[in-house]
Amino acid sequence: MTFTAKNLERAHAIIAQYPDPHSAILPLAHVAQDQDGWLTNEAMAEIAELVGTSSADVQGVCSFYTMYKRRPCGKLVVSVCTNVTCLVVGGPEVLHHLEARYGADDDVFVEEVECLAACGNAPAMQVNYEYHEHLTPEMAAAIVDDYKSGVLHARGVSGGSK
Amino acid sequence: MAVSSGKDVRETRIVTRRLHDVANSWTYDNARADGAYEMWDEVLRRADPADIHAQVKASGLRGRGGANFPTAVKWESLPDVFPRYLVINGDEGEPSTFKDREIIEKDPHALVEGVCIEAYACKINKAFIYLRGEFALGYDRVVQAVADATANGWVGQNIKGSGFDLDIVVHRGAGAYICGDESALIESLEGKRGMPRIKPPLPIHAGVYAKPTVVNNVETASTITHIMKMGGEEYAKLGVGRSTGTRVAAISGHVKNPGIYEIEFGMTFREIIFDLCGGLRDDRELKFFLPGGASFQWLVNCDEHLDQIYDIDDISAKLGTTLGSGAIMVYDDTTDPLLVAWRLAKFYAHESCGTCTPCREGSGWIEKILYRMSHGLGRPDDMDLLLSASANVSPDVMRAPFTQTTICPLGPSPVSAVASLQKYFRAEVDAACANQPTLIPVSAT
Ligand SMILES: Cc1cc2nc3c(=O)[nH]c(=O)nc-3n(C[C@H](O)[C@H](O)[C@H](O)COP(=O)(O)O)c2cc1C
Ligand code: SF4
Repeated sequence: MTFTAKNLERAHAIIAQYPDPHSAILPLAHVAQDQDGWLTNEAMAEIAELVGTSSADVQGVCSFYTMYKRRPCGKLVVSVCTNVTCLVVGGPEVLHHLEARYGADDDVFVEEVECLAACGNAPAMQVNYEYHEHLTPEMAAAIVDDYKSGVLHARGVSGGSK
Repeated sequence: MAVSSGKDVRETRIVTRRLHDVANSWTYDNARADGAYEMWDEVLRRADPADIHAQVKASGLRGRGGANFPTAVKWESLPDVFPRYLVINGDEGEPSTFKDREIIEKDPHALVEGVCIEAYACKINKAFIYLRGEFALGYDRVVQAVADATANGWVGQNIKGSGFDLDIVVHRGAGAYICGDESALIESLEGKRGMPRIKPPLPIHAGVYAKPTVVNNVETASTITHIMKMGGEEYAKLGVGRSTGTRVAAISGHVKNPGIYEIEFGMTFREIIFDLCGGLRDDRELKFFLPGGASFQWLVNCDEHLDQIYDIDDISAKLGTTLGSGAIMVYDDTTDPLLVAWRLAKFYAHESCGTCTPCREGSGWIEKILYRMSHGLGRPDDMDLLLSASANVSPDVMRAPFTQTTICPLGPSPVSAVASLQKYFRAEVDAACANQPTLIPVSAT
């Protein structure tokens, strides 16, 4: 059993929303990832059982989507955009600064991502899917540090509400 | 040097009025005090779904998701089969497109009210709002909006005693641009890998769970309430030709004031870039701009392009490009067009779902060639090699709208950037690639 009793209850409520339980795979994987910090094989097996399919099916589906992490990635997923608007106003510099600073930090997983729909205030990043915009490399690092020290309270690793 | 039009250019805020004018516009109380659900209430009292069809038809509303398909025509194609579903496309992942996020986060009740009216018009009792996974705050806000609307009797069973039932499910994706394609979105909603379906059948005939499904963009649905308020004919007075009403444009890049601007169709790009957005950052010179998001051909700094009006049909007839997703990206003279083309190609290579060989392989090759061209390693024949590689995915490379050898339009999307380089920057590209040895001779197609 992976899901906590509370999350199992949530899982059943989510499944009940859909005419076909198979539709619940993505939302259930978010719940599991918020709970465990990444998407484990055990969680996918349990999701499979809950929606009535095989664990191979759930793994096949989840591996398509970039938000699901197939290995532990610490407490904070820091997603930095380098797409065409961020590219020309300093996004790559933010990314490189954070990569260098947190490369050896097991709590922080820095990744380059595609457009986050924040181009009006570029460059932008998300920390556990919470937006931070108009960044400089130093500001971005200060924000990540605030999450680490608990000054800022993070969402779940899959973006679930606080 | 490109200059402003000298006119007093303003936004026409219809869809975005509340989110600008009302503090905390996403809360039920504030939105309701501003008139949210009044139109829905009236629609329920009038009890005339055919009238909604008539108003939307008269309004000339065309989908705001990028394909510009007339909304009323889509509704008319619904077969007489039940149950049927409404799916709202909030996957917004096209580079530099950020207008739906604004509505989702700041005016979720406008979206919910639009969904109610649209569902009523189409006799649909279950709607799904599909939001891209990264919209965590947007998801919370829309979920709250649906809960509040339900608690106040605007959504649910036998709404306000009308006998009409509507259930709205808010669904989160998990990071995949291709799920913006309506058929991939439906696959994803069914809990599958987000791979576009081969059409026909179209979603309107066989969509979610193989049932008739209306798919509409967030902005499209949010506009419907206003069309009902204004009356379709009145709405159609805004805009030009068959581009009626307003469009929420997302403007980014080197302009002084990037952001969301709701503009009436018919404004020129000069007015948009130099008047609305204040011109270029540091008063630099404009070099080029993407008038319709990442997937279509670019325009450059010349009077013909700057004086082009924002009109779906006119721009396509005259300049071979389109207004796409409503994004406008503006670049100044410090920008290397090769770098922008490479980054777009990298995006498409990353987001290709992998079904079609020309897209899966082609996007990767286009990206690799553009990478070396934009990083000082380009070879003299690389532009021709690029055109030749592009022809495998979009046979008539320079043509717009593009041709395709693939299931969906993602495949040929990077080719728009290649065609733009060839059209406007050939000399600059050749100069940038002049100093490396030619390894493999290629001939242009
Ligand atoms: C690769 C690809 C990505 C797309 N992304 C989106 C998107 O993010 N949002 C959207 O509304 N439409 C998107 N579309 C267009 C949809 O397929 C569809 O035309 C649209 O949602 C229909 O709604 P509308 O008629 O209201 O525009 C995309 C299409 C393709 C091919
Ligand atoms: S064109 Fe590309 S993204 Fe579209 S279906 Fe084919 S492989 Fe998938």
